[in-house]
Amino acid sequence: MANGGNFSVNICEEDHDYENLGESGPSRDSFQVFKEPACNVRGNPEDIQMEMFTKNSDTSDSESTSSSKESSNVYRVRSLQRNNWSAATRRVLSSMPSRKTGLHSSAGMAVRARQTCALPKHQTSSCDSLHIPRATQADITSPEFEEISTEDEGNNLADSGLWCAETNKQQLVSDLRGVSEGEGMRKLRAMPLSLADKMEIRKHSFSPLAKNSVINRNVPCHNLPCMYLSRMWRHCRYTPRFSTSLKLWHSSMKKLSGRYGTGVLSYFTFLRTLLFINLLFFIITFLFLVLPQAIHPPPDSHRVSFSWIGLLTGIGYLSQSLMFYGYYSNITIKTTSITSVVPYCIPTAYVFTITMSFFIICIILVYSMSKSFGKSFQVFKSDGNLSENVFCSWDFKVTKKPSIRLQSEKISTRLKEQLSELTSGEEERTLVQLFRNFLVHVAAWFICLASIFFSALGIYLLSKKAISKMHQNLDLLFMAAVVSGFNLLLPGIFNFCAWMEKHNSPSTRIYVSIFRNLLLKICIIGVLCYHWLGKIAVEQDPQVSKCWENFVGQELYRLLLMDFIFTVLYTFLGEFVWRIFSQKILRKNRKPVFDIARNVLELVYGQTLTWLGVLFAPLLPAVQIVKLFVLFYMKKNSLMLNCQASKKPWRATHMTTVFITLLFFPSFLGAAVFVAYTVWIIKPPSECGPFRNLTNMLESVKLWAERMKDYHQILSWLIRAYNAFTDNPLFLFLPSGVFLLVIYFRIQVVDGQRRIIRRLEKQIDDEGKDKKFLITQLQYLYEENNPNSSHRHRGR
Amino acid sequence: MGTTASQLPKDSLSEYQELTFLTKQEILLAHRRFTELLGRDERNHPNPRVPMQVILTLPELKSNPFKTRICQVFSTSEDKDGSLTFEDFLDLLSAFSDSATLEIKSHYAFRIFDFDDDGTLDHSDLEKLVNCLTGETEDTRLTSEEMRQLINNILDESDIDKDGTVNLSEFQHVISRSPDFVSSFKIVL
Repeated sequence: MANGGNFSVNICEEDHDYENLGESGPSRDSFQVFKEPACNVRGNPEDIQMEMFTKNSDTSDSESTSSSKESSNVYRVRSLQRNNWSAATRRVLSSMPSRKTGLHSSAGMAVRARQTCALPKHQTSSCDSLHIPRATQADITSPEFEEISTEDEGNNLADSGLWCAETNKQQLVSDLRGVSEGEGMRKLRAMPLSLADKMEIRKHSFSPLAKNSVINRNVPCHNLPCMYLSRMWRHCRYTPRFSTSLKLWHSSMKKLSGRYGTGVLSYFTFLRTLLFINLLFFIITFLFLVLPQAIHPPPDSHRVSFSWIGLLTGIGYLSQSLMFYGYYSNITIKTTSITSVVPYCIPTAYVFTITMSFFIICIILVYSMSKSFGKSFQVFKSDGNLSENVFCSWDFKVTKKPSIRLQSEKISTRLKEQLSELTSGEEERTLVQLFRNFLVHVAAWFICLASIFFSALGIYLLSKKAISKMHQNLDLLFMAAVVSGFNLLLPGIFNFCAWMEKHNSPSTRIYVSIFRNLLLKICIIGVLCYHWLGKIAVEQDPQVSKCWENFVGQELYRLLLMDFIFTVLYTFLGEFVWRIFSQKILRKNRKPVFDIARNVLELVYGQTLTWLGVLFAPLLPAVQIVKLFVLFYMKKNSLMLNCQASKKPWRATHMTTVFITLLFFPSFLGAAVFVAYTVWIIKPPSECGPFRNLTNMLESVKLWAERMKDYHQILSWLIRAYNAFTDNPLFLFLPSGVFLLVIYFRIQVVDGQRRIIRRLEKQIDDEGKDKKFLITQLQYLYEENNPNSSHRHRGR
Repeated sequence: MGTTASQLPKDSLSEYQELTFLTKQEILLAHRRFTELLGRDERNHPNPRVPMQVILTLPELKSNPFKTRICQVFSTSEDKDGSLTFEDFLDLLSAFSDSATLEIKSHYAFRIFDFDDDGTLDHSDLEKLVNCLTGETEDTRLTSEEMRQLINNILDESDIDKDGTVNLSEFQHVISRSPDFVSSFKIVL
């Protein structure tokens, strides 16, 4: 280090790699500066290095070729890619962790093993074995490995590499021998080797066990069923996928994702999830509630004739059927053999079934929400946006040529936007522009909120008026139609406001539009719920039929149906007719875009109605199932015929989390609160339904519990335990306390991980600087000792 | 272990099931599609190898800008010409399947993006990658200035040890931050 001056001159004059350092003057300066930081590598040498190199490249830019590689940044990091490293340096470099990270892990061993597996098959020289066979361009950034194989020591290195790879393979085999078969198979499957290699490794590592494997047919098995069972068991253990049951609509969804990408696919996946949730709900209520009641019809039922209008409005035939609450009686079934031991009480079954189903669905939703949130949560959010966009944005599922072109356009636009954002930064807006933006925002929000308010008010007034027109059939549909109409029209107004506002980032636009749509639906449903629970249930208006639950159930049924009809109309008119109109008359080739957020919110709205109504109309999930089924095919066909893919980016996993959260938080919880309030507080009517003559629905459970105590020892003990739990407030506080503690613990863990990540990144950075210093030192020592070899490399 | 006539022997089927991430139906479907690609005389060959040009006629790969790289990465042929046997084809489908792990997917994605096969993604690899992503037409391609800036930014963000290239670990680190990668790195027959 002391004789820095001599050294720099030698290197610079003979080193053609440093093209920029044409003159010895500035080059010497630069190299001296480069030497200096070597003394204190942990200081701040990079800045000085950068400066000098920038200066250098500036002076020599005029004479260098206009290749893009001569920028200062790239120059600095290219300092480790010189051509004429000595063999020793190259060996050291090639065994550095960063070059071999891929090669030391199981993946890397796999790569080596793969390359050497091919070896015994042909007799080429060992030189070629490690030689990366793809022809590389003879430019400055050619990889190190090329150099290795053409060196004198190439043979030695190749041999050592070969030996290294062989040991890697043997290490793999011995690793796998040590573990159990199932675990070993799982490890083997997760290795990125070719199938032939895997089979060979498996043969070697599991050979004592392979003889007992069922795959070997020479083993005589006297017990055929036993063999089949063990084979099936083996396959079950090795095949980790149990979700093959979700194969409904698999081919259609594959076609859709091929054309439209992952965003649209998330809508249809959400639809399928909702279908399964409803199916589960329906099965539970059917088995425990509808079926017993259907087998033992109540004595006082009288049939009204069937009419199609009745089917639409829910009055008439349907109101006297299993569909609605009024049909269910408060009988206790004692006739069959099982129920003579434990009598089956319909009112209790009603309450239990509904609450249990809600409870199960709550668990399912919380579980899927946490899983989806865990997938999209990042411990350390750094600005890796650009590299993430480049590495992860290509969707391999898209197969049609025009879609691929669209995807390329999307990616290109996004990259260009991000690049321009980085270079220009925030645009500077004048005060006038800022003020104008502010006014536009205020105006847009005012319009939206006013429209929501007026629509809610209108529905409230209409619902009060509708009571007086109770018995005219089609007029009952009027209010439901108005609600659906508002749901359809107002998002159009919101879209117009969003177009007026011109938000900067597309994600803000999506969130704002979701929020406005959500607010609209919450207001409408809130108004209706208030009207039902607050007015009808309490006031016992004689104009409402004596069975107000029936009335509420019918209202919800009508709302659901109208929502479906309006969706069909919108799909037909809004998409099909609009496309024909714009093609034939306007002569533009612009197809409408499938608005994912709005359609998902429609699904959530329909599901909310179902959950609200299930207490009053237990067969409502069946209606929802049919509706979702038809909706899938309708939307799919309309999409294929009429719509084009959106040009805006869509972060599928993140948005799926948002949708499930929306499904859980306002929708499910709101419905659960509504049901809980009804069950606990509201007094059921005395004329109809299974809860007549009781103060509230929960009382039926208490009465049943009292009766049960006499029947069975275990049941009475359970009931006593349950009473003790629910009466004691400690039951609530203890689990909540534990829950909060767990959350606090997790937050601290995440925080600690963030700090560790930051420290590790700094450590890697420092080690990189160390490495650079050591390599150049090594090179310098070598070249100082062998001045002839530097002449030999000159010709490259 | 090869395929005889047009039937897949049962023990091969269960072995493939154990060693790949594919289900039985997927393997059988893959076998059917693969035999459709073979010429009539090749069908009775013990271990037929399909040239790259024929593989690229599959509709799932036909328009993919990375189709040649995919074939080259999964090919085990000695001439490195991108031809695939049935087992290579299964490897391909397994890496792109639903249940493949993130590690496998990121490993193969790295190899696909490594156009010169040197074990790291350097400047030229990244440039070719971005050109593949943005397509062929003139208005979607980035200018050389934009390209240079983009690659510098990528290296700034992902090159942790500052050696000028992105190696496998750094690549996997970037991938792990994107939850959409697993669902977009999929090819389904």
